[in-house]
Amino acid sequence: MSAAIPATDSHAPDVRPARLAAEQYAHHFADAAPRLTRTQALVEAERCLYCFDAPCATACPTGIDVPSFIQRIADDNLRGAARVILDANPLGGTCARVCPTEVLCEQVCVRTTQSGKPVEIGRLQRYAVDAVMDRPISQLFQRATPTGKPVAVVGAGPAGIACAVGLARRGHSVVLHDAQAKGGGLNEYGLASYKMAGQFAQRELDWLLGIGGITVLTGWRLATAEQLQGLRQAHAAVYLAVGLADTPSLRVPGEDLAGVRDAVDFIAELRQADDPATVAVGRRVVVIGGGMTAVDAAVQSKLLGAETVHMVYRRGPATMGASRAEQDWAQTHGITIHHWLAPEAILPGHGGAHGHAAAVRFERMVPLHQPGGGRLQHLQATGLHETLAADMVLKAIGQKLDASLLDDCGLTLREGRVVADDDGRTGVPGLYAGGDCRLGGRDLTVEAVEDGKRAAAAIHAELSA
Amino acid sequence: MADLRSTFAGITSPNPFWLASAPPTDKAYNVHRAFEVGWGGVVWKTLGEDGPPVVNVNGPRYGALLTPDRHLLGFNNIELITDRPLQLNLDEIRAVKRTWPDRALVVSLMVPCTEAAWKAILPMVEDTGCDGVELNFGCPHGMSERGMGAAVGQVPEYIEMVTRWCKQYSRLPVIVKLTPNVTDIRQPAAAAKRGGADAVSLINTVNSIIGVDPDTLTMSPATGGMGSHGGYCGPAVKPIALHMVAEIGRSPGSAGIPISGIGGVGTWRDALDYIALGAGNVQVCTAAMVYGFKIVQDMADGLANWMDDKGFATLDDFCGKALPTVTDWQYLNLNAISKAQIDQGSCIQCGRCHIACEDTSHQAITAVVDGKRHFEVKEDECVGCNLCVTVCPVPDCITLRTLAPGEVDARTGQAVVATPADWTTHPNNPMRKAVPA
Repeated sequence: MSAAIPATDSHAPDVRPARLAAEQYAHHFADAAPRLTRTQALVEAERCLYCFDAPCATACPTGIDVPSFIQRIADDNLRGAARVILDANPLGGTCARVCPTEVLCEQVCVRTTQSGKPVEIGRLQRYAVDAVMDRPISQLFQRATPTGKPVAVVGAGPAGIACAVGLARRGHSVVLHDAQAKGGGLNEYGLASYKMAGQFAQRELDWLLGIGGITVLTGWRLATAEQLQGLRQAHAAVYLAVGLADTPSLRVPGEDLAGVRDAVDFIAELRQADDPATVAVGRRVVVIGGGMTAVDAAVQSKLLGAETVHMVYRRGPATMGASRAEQDWAQTHGITIHHWLAPEAILPGHGGAHGHAAAVRFERMVPLHQPGGGRLQHLQATGLHETLAADMVLKAIGQKLDASLLDDCGLTLREGRVVADDDGRTGVPGLYAGGDCRLGGRDLTVEAVEDGKRAAAAIHAELSA
Repeated sequence: MADLRSTFAGITSPNPFWLASAPPTDKAYNVHRAFEVGWGGVVWKTLGEDGPPVVNVNGPRYGALLTPDRHLLGFNNIELITDRPLQLNLDEIRAVKRTWPDRALVVSLMVPCTEAAWKAILPMVEDTGCDGVELNFGCPHGMSERGMGAAVGQVPEYIEMVTRWCKQYSRLPVIVKLTPNVTDIRQPAAAAKRGGADAVSLINTVNSIIGVDPDTLTMSPATGGMGSHGGYCGPAVKPIALHMVAEIGRSPGSAGIPISGIGGVGTWRDALDYIALGAGNVQVCTAAMVYGFKIVQDMADGLANWMDDKGFATLDDFCGKALPTVTDWQYLNLNAISKAQIDQGSCIQCGRCHIACEDTSHQAITAVVDGKRHFEVKEDECVGCNLCVTVCPVPDCITLRTLAPGEVDARTGQAVVATPADWTTHPNNPMRKAVPA
């Protein structure tokens, strides 16, 4: 079949690092939304109406008492503000940076109804949390008397950290395992640099570890059922927060060509690079997918110096995983967003580009109307094709759980994820699960934190019974 | 365009906005600038008796109550009367008046409470060609410790005595400036009237401490580690001043005396409040000290536009119009029944009305109806107290509706009676009077 694909480009592929002058990188990868100044924070805080049963607090998956923390900012009581935030959401610093607030707290802010402009809750939250992170966490929270009960947490992403902190505060001893070289999970490896500027993921994790009672074991990968069995035997409870470490295949010809890679790997490489100038990027980049990861990959490609970046989604705007604000952010950065185009083949180049991606061919889709259909409509091919030239193709069509190792643990898997209740209880005694690997939710960082927080409470209740 | 010209205590000015005796009117430089942008009059910062000038602190003289966005709600000062030589002030007053003959130029005075002191200064002031004098019986800080300012204003007999001296030793109109730091403003006002005052002006500033520095636990503002109470003014004091203006206007002992309204005037609405309650003009200080002199143009323009909208050609057309609506509580119509109503179209669902009513008042506003967040008034509980109207962040979203006669009050089950009835005849009043047949 690939033989039938016409030649597209005979130029050598152009994928290389250092496309920009050195000084441009610092500017491009600086904080996307810097911390508010005190004056900005006070003025913004004054806009909060201190609603009764505040819609913002209800909309927050972790239930942060938003009016209270904003009131405390207005009162110059930043420690009190941070305590309100972090008590509900230990990763309030990350969430302040990465939450799609425009579909959560800020969407329902009554100031939106009143004047079309919500209180900038996310930025105020960051203002308060950042302000306390230069002092020890013990000035906000004290660890309870150690219980001596060990709990294993697998996965040091948002859910795992939230669970570990929740357990440690209650006096339990936690071993926080992670397969990567650093803790933090997606906070460390999966988010755009400009969202987490200043090594924020590690700063936050280190600060939280100051609570005491948490041992971090990095480079520890859960790969066998025996390992899990061993954890269960050695600990009073085990919390699985392994995330979605695998990426699905596009299942189109040409996926194995050079220049085609997973967006999550590209993002991780950039996050771990000491200097972004060392990260190679294509002159022309095509990102396949419509979620936050696709936006992070597309925008950062552009910031690394790609000339053209196309973000291509097989469905329409309504079902894009990227929020409206993220889409705007992408378009502001010169990303062209295409809808209703499904990838059909990645085309190799010729001559110097042999064996390397040179273009992506898409087929235009239309929604297939069906009565009572779900959120995601079925698609119908139109037979119309479009081809976008590409030196680099980034796949951002989602992540999935590597379920193989969990097959023999007695866990119920559905839709490729672990079935557990909202407190993380699986069908297996003493084994809890949460975060993205758990079935349900929108795969938001803040939801993972809530999972971990609730699981910590549930595990504590069980251990205290 | 409405005619803003004002005649107050026989003194004419092109508009009713005068700068009050205060730092903005301390010297010719400022007063020229004020007249250039349109102030109708100026009360020159208080002159004291000849001799060594007073001395001010060289630390903070001002403090303020601010919102988080640093909008000024209240302002406080410990500045004394002018610290410049008397003759210099008199020379400048003379020159300024010559330059601005159409503007009101009144001179504020504060000398010791002796006949000789007043007799000595009045001819010198009159000789400048100024339009009148204002007796500073109001400043509550510093000078009051020396038996002047508020120390005089708090003793009606002194007010009457000094006012009489001033009328005796000067042909100028005499305006007596009153301190609010008294229990009953009607007494000093009546004393001024008895003494022959042409007008009163009020309020001077209110005794105040702005706050405490949380780091040093020192009162604020402080100079050299200590502070002293200051005089409070600005928007926060307006309601206090309006009450006093109305009390003077409706008290038999003082009614009819011209009143210059002072306290928190920063917009045309503030001027309207004072004039409608009977003030002949207004004096301004804080707004000028916060925004500069140009603010007078916005106030004058706003007042004129409002007058045009309402069909008032001159200030006299609405001066005092609201005064007859001020009465004692005992005469309020207890048969008038109001209920709050919430315009669901403009409600933004903040719930402040609910929690205010639920926690602190009459439990008369819902939070949830049919399982949904919904705020509406329970008329069978609502007493029409206006709290919800006050706390609602949306203008005109919550309003009070007065029930028509015959309509049933859901709270009491009684039909509204058309005939007014007040406490004086109420059956629960042990001192009630018989209802006239």
